[in-house]
Amino acid sequence: MDDLLSEFLTETNESLDVVDVELVKFEQEPNNAKILDNIFRLVHTIKGTCGFLGLPRLEALAHAAETLMGKFRDGAPVTQEAVSLILISIDRIKEILADLETAGGAEPEGSDDDLISELERLSLSARTGAEAEAEAEAAAGPDVTTGALVEQVLERPLRPGEVSLDDLERAFREAECEVELPVEAATNAPAAEAQEDAPPPLTVKAGAARKATAEPKGPEKAEKENKSGSSVSSQSIRVAVETLEHLMTMVSELVLTRNQLLEIVRRHEDSEFKVPLQRLSNVTAELQEGVMKTRMQPIGNAWQKLPRIVRDLSQELDKPIELEMVGAETELDRQVLELIKDPLTHMIRNSADHGLEMPSDRRAVGKPEKGTITLSAYHEGGHIIIEVKDDGRGIDVERVKSKVLERGLASEAELEKMTDQQIHKFIFHAGFSTATNVTSVSGRGVGMDVVRNNVELIGGSIDLRSTAGQGSSFIIKIPLTLAIVSALIVEAGGDRYAIPQLSVVELVRVQNNSEHRIERIKDTPVLRLRNKLLPLVHMSYLLGADETDVNSELESDTGFIVVMQVGNQTFGVVVDGVFHTEEIVVKPMSSMLRNLTMFSGNTILGDGAVIMIIDPNGVASAMASHASSVVAEGERKGVEEAIAAAIDGQSSVSMLLFRAGSSEPKAVPLSLVTRLEEFEVSKIEHSNGRDLVQYRGALMPLVYIEPGQTRRSEGTQPMLVFSDAGRSMGLVVDEIVDIVEDRMNIEVGSDRAGILGSAVIKEKATEVIDLGYYLPQAFEDWFMRKEMDIAALTKKVLLVDDSAFFRNMLTPVLKAAGYDVTACQSAQQAFELLENGDTFHAIVSDIEMPDINGFEFCEALRRDPRFRKLPVLALSAVVSPASIERGRQAGFDDYVAKFDRPGLIASLKDMFSGELGIAA
Amino acid sequence: MSSNDNLATGAEDSIQYVTVVIGGQLFGLPISQVHDVFVPDSVTRVPLAAPEVAGVLNLRGRIVTAIDMRKRLHLPDRDENAQVMAVGIEHKGESYGLVIDTVGEVLRLSMDSHEPNPSNLDKRWAEISGGVHRLDGKLMIILDIKRLFGAMVEPMAAA
Repeated sequence: MDDLLSEFLTETNESLDVVDVELVKFEQEPNNAKILDNIFRLVHTIKGTCGFLGLPRLEALAHAAETLMGKFRDGAPVTQEAVSLILISIDRIKEILADLETAGGAEPEGSDDDLISELERLSLSARTGAEAEAEAEAAAGPDVTTGALVEQVLERPLRPGEVSLDDLERAFREAECEVELPVEAATNAPAAEAQEDAPPPLTVKAGAARKATAEPKGPEKAEKENKSGSSVSSQSIRVAVETLEHLMTMVSELVLTRNQLLEIVRRHEDSEFKVPLQRLSNVTAELQEGVMKTRMQPIGNAWQKLPRIVRDLSQELDKPIELEMVGAETELDRQVLELIKDPLTHMIRNSADHGLEMPSDRRAVGKPEKGTITLSAYHEGGHIIIEVKDDGRGIDVERVKSKVLERGLASEAELEKMTDQQIHKFIFHAGFSTATNVTSVSGRGVGMDVVRNNVELIGGSIDLRSTAGQGSSFIIKIPLTLAIVSALIVEAGGDRYAIPQLSVVELVRVQNNSEHRIERIKDTPVLRLRNKLLPLVHMSYLLGADETDVNSELESDTGFIVVMQVGNQTFGVVVDGVFHTEEIVVKPMSSMLRNLTMFSGNTILGDGAVIMIIDPNGVASAMASHASSVVAEGERKGVEEAIAAAIDGQSSVSMLLFRAGSSEPKAVPLSLVTRLEEFEVSKIEHSNGRDLVQYRGALMPLVYIEPGQTRRSEGTQPMLVFSDAGRSMGLVVDEIVDIVEDRMNIEVGSDRAGILGSAVIKEKATEVIDLGYYLPQAFEDWFMRKEMDIAALTKKVLLVDDSAFFRNMLTPVLKAAGYDVTACQSAQQAFELLENGDTFHAIVSDIEMPDINGFEFCEALRRDPRFRKLPVLALSAVVSPASIERGRQAGFDDYVAKFDRPGLIASLKDMFSGELGIAA
Repeated sequence: MSSNDNLATGAEDSIQYVTVVIGGQLFGLPISQVHDVFVPDSVTRVPLAAPEVAGVLNLRGRIVTAIDMRKRLHLPDRDENAQVMAVGIEHKGESYGLVIDTVGEVLRLSMDSHEPNPSNLDKRWAEISGGVHRLDGKLMIILDIKRLFGAMVEPMAAA
């Protein structure tokens, strides 16, 4: 392809993008002659150039479009239909251009008669509407334009930031073409800003001021601008992106070499190199900054296609949408810019399709019919923050939940305990889309996970805030550049590693006897940091060192903790030493090592050694599998562990051991505990005869295990928090001892209120507390709330379980849900009750029982015509497909894991809602 | 000057090999693939990597991934103080260093002495060997770089 043609393609593509944006604007303010003139001129230039280069097809199409626009200029009314048609024509031109590029200069076969005739039809009808005088002028339009334009061009020449010497322009001049090229009035700034799109040559701008919305200027002023503008444009040149990339690489190398030199000089105290090296260092830094600047582009470049997309979406979806863009001038590295383009487009589509409601719905809730999507960008630290916000309906938590369940991403029990925020996060999971209908716009299930991946790929993070009914906003945080990052050099297991500073929140020095020491819950190390527990992991452990070694290292408990934040996850990585920070150039690892998720690359340090760069995302995901973030997910894990343990070894349970009041250890099943908290003693308030603390915006009553129990007088007070349906109770304990997994066997029953009995746990007699006794102490109506609906109250449920512990644990749970519960300890006893004429609406039965097991019990029930339709629910520690199948054959209506309390309640509810008639 | 021509054209009937010794066995690498020979120094360990990855090192400003050929060939580790050498090669634009025991001479061998892998050769060796040359009193195994990396990179990428 010859230079002239490639230049033409680049330029025309740019012009067309501008036309796109301008047309959308024009549609909104049809009376703005400035915009129209600008569009007209651009299309005219394209037409002219096509004629010059001998591209008849393009020329004909551009000509027809120009004619129609000429009508607008002469005062014909601007209709949406006409604008759409012009946009379609522009798209067609783009297609032809694309073919032209691949074909190397030959126009593709095909006809545009359909578009042309349509354009002409509209032109004609527009003419009939126009005044006679204008009509005459317009009729002559196409022929006259060339002449007329000569005057106009002076007012509205081309964009700034282009080289006046470029081939095409010269060609034009030589051909005595009318277009006086290079300059452009500042009024075109918004368009100009959006210019340097995909095609490779990059315009380096001489810092011309750009504004997102330029104020319209008077003609004289515009003319003045032209004159000054010409000098601006001659100050900027086009440079191939490749050249810049190469420059960047070289500067990176220079930085490395400088670092090496600095390292050498550091070792020689009075070196004569010191001063010149200092200077070299400064120059290098400046050079680096300068080169970085050449790579910087306003983010508006990535936004330029959005107004058009939003306009089209608005029509397609039949929703009026306003797109607001703030901070388009914010600059970032072009490499990052390229990578962020697609995710942004996707998010805008998402907001328009899922986020914004239909106009009628909006009116119904008192919002303006027109939905607004706000796109804003600003700098913060070494990051750029991009926010996509809509004022739509927000994320429907319930819908996400049901989708999560449907996809099996989490169990109902897990969901129950998650905050809305955590649930929102699920939309970033692969293949997750809440749109019920798959539209051409979105809902195809590739969505936010792709966005998240793209953002994370460039070391960014994405966050989401959503308020039901008020809209949602996505916040993307990305580094300004990828090429050079500041890193913290640490040591672990005898090797050095670089951790990108961006993800490091702080450093904590740990010492055995200092305020910051490593504590353990079970074997999981944690750190108390400003009243929060921070999950810890030793770097060597992450890097595959032997666990016992690491543990002994942790025993010594001296070292540093690098507190890292990745997304919303905060954790501490224990390292043996911290050296300094250094600017490093990330170099990709060889393909042999690329499968290691723990590293993002490697680099050469100042001392010449190669160092591996830790990938914070890799660490975060490793954290999730290696260690357990005890506090935040303690409870969820508890349930999982309990279930896992139950499956492994019958009724072995995770128990939380603690001391309260007396020196004997006490225990409570971990699965019942919502959270372990510590409160400053000073935060404990006394009101209305009881102790309270403010907890998550509400008052939480504190309950003492024993009447004589005293709480601490200073420092912090540990407590177990139990939550249910939005209420919380704090059980004051003296000390949390351990978490153990053990078979739970209550050997000695208790008459004392609040104690179920004593069991041997960890070879020690331990009192197992009865939560059912304490909960009502916090809220008398604990068991008589919300979940208790009237229908349920009348339901009598028979609970059959041979284990006193589970009878005692489940009875309050079922009562809390509003059922009238009768518990018995064997199938035999159950039969007796049934034979005595006691009626029950449902039976919940254990499977593993002596004498008659659950399966046999159920089979026996089913043989009796009276109980054939009685809902029977199996409750078992062993949940496997085989046992579930066995249960189904025995005639159970449902099969629930013993520790799945919400599952049990839900199952009962289902049973009653589905079979009310039968059961009653 | 026929030998030079052969070198340039990668002659069909004879190839020049750089010979190296790994665990007492003589191996040969086609000279066209060998970029340099160096003493691996201050190698940075890469945790979690495959056992044969000795680490990464800085070779004149380039980061080179060092591969311990003894481990690759499932040979016993060398003594701690034993001298090692490395052969620098390129594979798909990336630099690698094959850590070997010693470097020998450059041999020009004609295809006459070339033989395919004996069928009873250890599978793990056969996997990376491009055949055997019969030399006076000993055998030289041809290290096939492509197969060496093919066998290493792919299963790892899959893992």
